[in-house]
Amino acid sequence: MKKAISINVNGTPHNTEVEPRMLLVHYLRDALALTGTHVGCETSLCGACTVLMDGQAVKSCTIFAVQADGSQVTTIEGLAQNGELHPVQEGFWERHGLQCGYCTPGMIIAAAQILERNPNPSQEEIRHGLEGNLCRCTGYQHIVEAVEYAAKKS
Amino acid sequence: MIPVQFDYVAPATLDEAARLLAEHQDEAKLLAGGHSLIPAMKLRLAQPSLLIDIGRIKDLAYITEEGDQIRIGAMTTHYQIEASERLKEICPLLPECAASIGDVQVRNKGTIGGSLAHADPAADWPAAILALDAEMIAVGAQGERTIRAQDFFVDMLTTSLEPNEILREIRVPQPQKNTAQAYMKVAQPASGFAVVGIAVNLTRGDDGRCQSANIGITGVAAKAYRASNVESALAGNALDEQTIAAAAAHAADGVDANSDLYASADYRRHLAEVYTRRAIQKAIAKL
Ligand SMILES: Cc1cc2nc3c(=O)[nH]c(=O)nc-3n(C[C@H](O)[C@H](O)[C@H](O)COP(=O)(O)OP(=O)(O)OC[C@H]3O[C@@H](n4cnc5c(N)ncnc54)[C@H](O)[C@@H]3O)c2cc1C
Ligand code: FES
Ligand code: FES
Repeated sequence: MKKAISINVNGTPHNTEVEPRMLLVHYLRDALALTGTHVGCETSLCGACTVLMDGQAVKSCTIFAVQADGSQVTTIEGLAQNGELHPVQEGFWERHGLQCGYCTPGMIIAAAQILERNPNPSQEEIRHGLEGNLCRCTGYQHIVEAVEYAAKKS
Repeated sequence: MIPVQFDYVAPATLDEAARLLAEHQDEAKLLAGGHSLIPAMKLRLAQPSLLIDIGRIKDLAYITEEGDQIRIGAMTTHYQIEASERLKEICPLLPECAASIGDVQVRNKGTIGGSLAHADPAADWPAAILALDAEMIAVGAQGERTIRAQDFFVDMLTTSLEPNEILREIRVPQPQKNTAQAYMKVAQPASGFAVVGIAVNLTRGDDGRCQSANIGITGVAAKAYRASNVESALAGNALDEQTIAAAAAHAADGVDANSDLYASADYRRHLAEVYTRRAIQKAIAKL
């Protein structure tokens, strides 16, 4: 049986009826057409689907949309404010933190969470904070530098 | 990777959740953080026809102190425990264990109650909960009961919770003065779960000798266990290198060790010994 849910995504409220088995990532991509959040592994391991739910970085492939009823979700599409890139987005741009870009939306959300909890992280703390996000291209070095750039910037 | 269809309810109170669970216990499952259950449902290893989401019950996520006990609500996330400044001060084993679980996203959503109730043989919490000699408070249709950690873990993925019981709270005795604690694990590099995980909770007397030692070990066997031969080899003795090394040699005594692609039973037993030694040393270095 479908359930009525109401989720605020990137500042916009959405009221939708969903099957309880619909994953949050499919809700964002298929119901709201917010395809910036990627599906990589579907098995809770790669972090490509990371979004902020009530300020916490979570893997949206491991949450049912019904669990997010009443919550505030921020996806990569909602990170820039008034046309200004989020410092982490700018860092990825300036420090070349991506190659194919598949992992990038999840990386950026996870990095935003690191800086929110610890504005001045060491390299080690950045790497530890990105443990839940896999990148098959960059070798991570530029990603870490992008986060350091963002920390200096904000 | 889509689960079979199911119905979903999110009761507002624990009583309501207990009533629903009692009524539907054969086909229903409780949903806490979902970070063990949802992966299993996606693989269709679990196919409950009803999910009872306990994530919307008020006041199931907390860390408080009551008399000489620390009380932790079942829905408290790994991250909330990891980030608790008070726990770092009074019972560092809890935040250390929490910080070793999975990754940031998993710790933001997964709960201590869900992990304990799931009783994965490679989960981290069972080792700490055993070493702390904690008590579990379970609520069922017949009311509430207390289960000691020693009696809680029954077998792989099996606890002594009845099918109609909900784990509500975990109670940890406040560590006394001169208590040394540490958690160390060898993480499976792909999953992050414990190949072995060692939780140490010991007290040193004024004479410098070990007064009591509790060692909880996870990852090695079908269920986490107290390494009682290590504990008795430490108790009453000086905490010097030789005593610790000799005690640690008993880390897997009498244990039927797991074997998988990543670690054979022999290798697990070896890791249990080495990491028991290191974890005890790490703990007493903090005294
Ligand atoms: C990528 C990844 C890596 C992980 N790495 C680790 C790791 O390194 N170490 C580790 O220990 N764990 C790890 N986990 C597991 C994680 O810690 C889970 O959060 C935890 O095992 C289950 O807690 P949950 O709140 O998510 O429970 P759920 O998945 O919601 O529930 C698990 C089971 O317990 C039952 N249940 C839940 N709450 C209660 C309750 N209060 N009373 C009675 N029954 C209940 C449910 O019905 C279900 O059967 C990992 C998970 C993932 C996805
Ligand atoms: S798609 Fe969610 S963790 Fe990989
Ligand atoms: S940039 Fe390609 S996966 Fe990270």
